[in-house]
Amino acid sequence: MPKQAPGEVVLSIENLRTHFITDDGNIPAVDGVSLSLRRGKVLAIVGESGCGKSVTSYSILRLIRPPGKIVGGRIVYQPTDGSGAIDIAALNENSDELYQVRGGYISMIFQEPMTALSPVHTVGNQICEAILLHQNVSKQVARERAIDMLKKVGIPGAERRIDQYPHEMSGGMRQRVVIAMALVCNPDVLIADEPTTALDVTIQAQILKLIKELQSARGTSVVFITHDLGVVAQIAHDVAVMYLGRVVENASVRQVLKDPLHPYTIALLRSIPSHGKRGERLPAIRGSVPTLTNIPPGCPFHPRCEYALNGVCNVGGAPELRTFTGNRKAACLRIEEIHPGVKEIPVESSNELSGTVHPYLTSASS
Amino acid sequence: MPSAISSPTIAAQPLADALNPQPSTARGEPLLKVRNLSKHFPIMSKGLISRQVGIVRAVEQASFDLYPGETLGLVGESGSGKTTCARTILRALKPTSGTAHFRLNEPVGSSKTNVVDLANVPENELKVLRPHMQMIFQDPYSSLNPRMTVADIIAEPLLIHGMGNAGERRDKVVAILRKVGLKPEHMNRYPHAFSGGQRQRIGIARALIMRPSLVVADEAVSALDVSVQAQVINLLMDLQQEFRLTYIFVAHNLSVVRHICNRVAVMYAGKIVELAETEELFRNPRHPYTQGLMSAEPNIDPDIPMNFGLTGEVADTGNLPSGCSFHPRCPKRFEPCDKLTPQLQTVPGTQVQASCHLLCPPAGN
Repeated sequence: MPKQAPGEVVLSIENLRTHFITDDGNIPAVDGVSLSLRRGKVLAIVGESGCGKSVTSYSILRLIRPPGKIVGGRIVYQPTDGSGAIDIAALNENSDELYQVRGGYISMIFQEPMTALSPVHTVGNQICEAILLHQNVSKQVARERAIDMLKKVGIPGAERRIDQYPHEMSGGMRQRVVIAMALVCNPDVLIADEPTTALDVTIQAQILKLIKELQSARGTSVVFITHDLGVVAQIAHDVAVMYLGRVVENASVRQVLKDPLHPYTIALLRSIPSHGKRGERLPAIRGSVPTLTNIPPGCPFHPRCEYALNGVCNVGGAPELRTFTGNRKAACLRIEEIHPGVKEIPVESSNELSGTVHPYLTSASS
Repeated sequence: MPSAISSPTIAAQPLADALNPQPSTARGEPLLKVRNLSKHFPIMSKGLISRQVGIVRAVEQASFDLYPGETLGLVGESGSGKTTCARTILRALKPTSGTAHFRLNEPVGSSKTNVVDLANVPENELKVLRPHMQMIFQDPYSSLNPRMTVADIIAEPLLIHGMGNAGERRDKVVAILRKVGLKPEHMNRYPHAFSGGQRQRIGIARALIMRPSLVVADEAVSALDVSVQAQVINLLMDLQQEFRLTYIFVAHNLSVVRHICNRVAVMYAGKIVELAETEELFRNPRHPYTQGLMSAEPNIDPDIPMNFGLTGEVADTGNLPSGCSFHPRCPKRFEPCDKLTPQLQTVPGTQVQASCHLLCPPAGN
């Protein structure tokens, strides 16, 4: 296989559907999500609670537990070593390939460092476990690598800290350990699920700086899940905005935050308190996010949308994600009316971000 | 002015009122006058015979005024003592020392004056004061009893204080539900039937049904999604206008604080390090910690890079550094910082109060 060019797609999610089959019915937590992660870039997935951003990220590593199930779509990973594309969604639950992908090619930073770490093992043992599982090295070498990694994530006194238990560390230190664990096998893709949400702002700044530095030094591709648009602005290259299990807008970080297309993105940005309007009423979005068992017909956002048109937005299925000028994507029927001058680009020429068609291996044989 | 800090130990006398100059927007007498309020917790040793082995100085010598109708923000990172400070004022916690003079419209209970010192009121006289000060909690999921209907939750304060008969209480519940943007037909449902934003409205209704003058909002919008957060912020501001409420707004989100607060007190490791009018504080933060805190807040504009300047972690209030608690992290520390404890005082030539040797040089230097 030819050497991979930067900017090419490393992970491509195509029409992913992850549903939870419960007594109350079928809950479509993720319903037709298509996304591309460019190699060496940071893709942020943002949205409010229940939008499906975490379920999407858990689906990538096949960490969805029953009653949840991936009921459709593909998650195509293109390894850097050129060993051929892998459709993660189609891998057997217990296959060696899946174990190789999890923690080897793709690893994850979890939100809550206290629950992501085992309280009864030292942090050193937990980091070494990942190394010993994925690399053929001795325990001594694994320990050296773990100490080295702890130093890289900025833990002072790594030689001493490695033998401590998580409870002996502060929240910021624990999150650094979780990051060390995720990065120690030098993954191709890193999934960070709200890695700074539980932290104070000064610690958040330190962790964001760390992820940014490690990401650019190693060329790691990152999927960054967050609800904080400020964090998105500071870390992402591309942004996908999700609402009720679907991507409603997907473009570069500047396009999404400075010139948003979708009415939901526009309203979301407007409802954040900003300087200069102190004490004024905020332009809030009316209503609240509906439950996933009760998704409105037509465009799922229409009951809260100020641009909604009766007979257009509240009928039929959810609008498809369309590509517009500047290679921006949005799922709204009225984009051209809301933004004069913005034109839809025909599908054939819009493949740049969505990735080229891969020769899929439905089940990568060893 | 700087003579008050000639000694590294804390001055025992009440801080002069000069330390709390009336802000330009302030109206009349303060509703609440907090002076040298401290809350310490003992650290007990493990084992059968436990003895005190240390002390957590969760709040240390907090002093500020709160004027009727204003919103004072208490900001800081976790462990800064902002919540403990607010709870101590409301006497959810018994203060270790200090005073908190609270002005009522008329004398209540056994008191002959309409000003009571909340910090020193005997436990059994607190109940008559509670209707005047209420709290809105952070988590709308755990602060509402799942086994009670909305009507019962909101009417419970009335029941406890023996106000009105069942019919009158019901009328009051209906009225307050409308005020917070819920419908009267919601009153017989249980909390699980409501979204996070609606639950927070129920919590607000419960706090306001007693018509309090002082409301502590402890991270009241932090748990809400952005789109719903804006609705609740609007509601809190509307209700403040209508009922002339005075808020202590405890929060860590600086943009929300900037939006709704008149003045802001920044806390670090149990102490107020800077107190100023909101615009002044945000436009010209003076204390090195305030500067670090503000630059660490990620800006929503991708072209304004964030500053990763502040290193280290929040000081442990059970084992505070000597001198200024912030000095190990302070990029501007100098000779007296690790020896002398700075006091909150007016920065010369401003209306800003800060506790920093750089801003208010210690006497003799």
